[in-house]
Amino acid sequence: MRIAHDFLSVSAAMASVAACSLLFLTIVQCTRVSHTRRLQLKTIPMILISITLGPLGNVFLGKGMKTVGPVVSGRVHDIIPIVSRVLASGYIWLGISCLLGFFIAHMLLLTWADYSYVQPATSLSYLSISILSYLLLGERISPLRWIGVTVICLGVLLVGRTPPSTTGEPPRA
Amino acid sequence: MRELILFFFIVVAGTGGELCVSRAMKGIGEVHDFSPKSILNFVLQSLRLPWMWLGIGLMSLGFFSLLAILSFQEVSFVVPVSALSYAAGAFGAKAFLGERISQNRWIGIAIVCLGVTIVWWSRK
Repeated sequence: MRIAHDFLSVSAAMASVAACSLLFLTIVQCTRVSHTRRLQLKTIPMILISITLGPLGNVFLGKGMKTVGPVVSGRVHDIIPIVSRVLASGYIWLGISCLLGFFIAHMLLLTWADYSYVQPATSLSYLSISILSYLLLGERISPLRWIGVTVICLGVLLVGRTPPSTTGEPPRA
Repeated sequence: MRELILFFFIVVAGTGGELCVSRAMKGIGEVHDFSPKSILNFVLQSLRLPWMWLGIGLMSLGFFSLLAILSFQEVSFVVPVSALSYAAGAFGAKAFLGERISQNRWIGIAIVCLGVTIVWWSRK
């Protein structure tokens, strides 16, 4: 039953990623505008994909680790059974799949935009992580925590108003 | 104390790893074509860069620390506090990638840090 449920979730996640990618490709194809405008038009959908998949992955990891039980000791013979339980958890793999999708979107972003722009811009995910952990994990989020998360997002919005790339030609690695 | 050590790994190793990956990505250059073939080519090309592997190693360390802390703390606490990597990221991007951080970005990063402090107060 749970496997069926996990399968459904994975399919839903993959379908939404496919839909987002299609939308993204259409936007890129339809656009014949200036360099900066074109950069923004492909940057924003990619950021949207990132801020959905990343938090979803973390929520599944949280769910998986809560079923594994608290990791309180760093000793090797305590860690081994925990690692095997982690690897056997469907939620962990579901979380890892979401984070992998997030990672690919993130890498693509980093090929054309500054790291110090991408990292804060994708941090809108702090708002979506709070909403998702409230909805999916039933965590009680205190007003203080909502204020903190909102302040983080305000910081993010300010950073997002700066230009995507400042270095011009990419440096050689 | 245990939380502080794990957060240190999440923030420092995680951000260090991302900086290495960014360095590798900038070496490849901007991606223009999104056909499956060129994306596969892009992934294979990135796996040939040493910076990529160093980045993956550091990010793995950060990831396992994240798993450990998630086993006893709430997701809505851990993830916002890990936003401290913004400050680490800005300093790293300036020193290591030569990005120019404008005044507005610094102000934004300072506000993010303030938010993290508030979330830390909400710790149970």
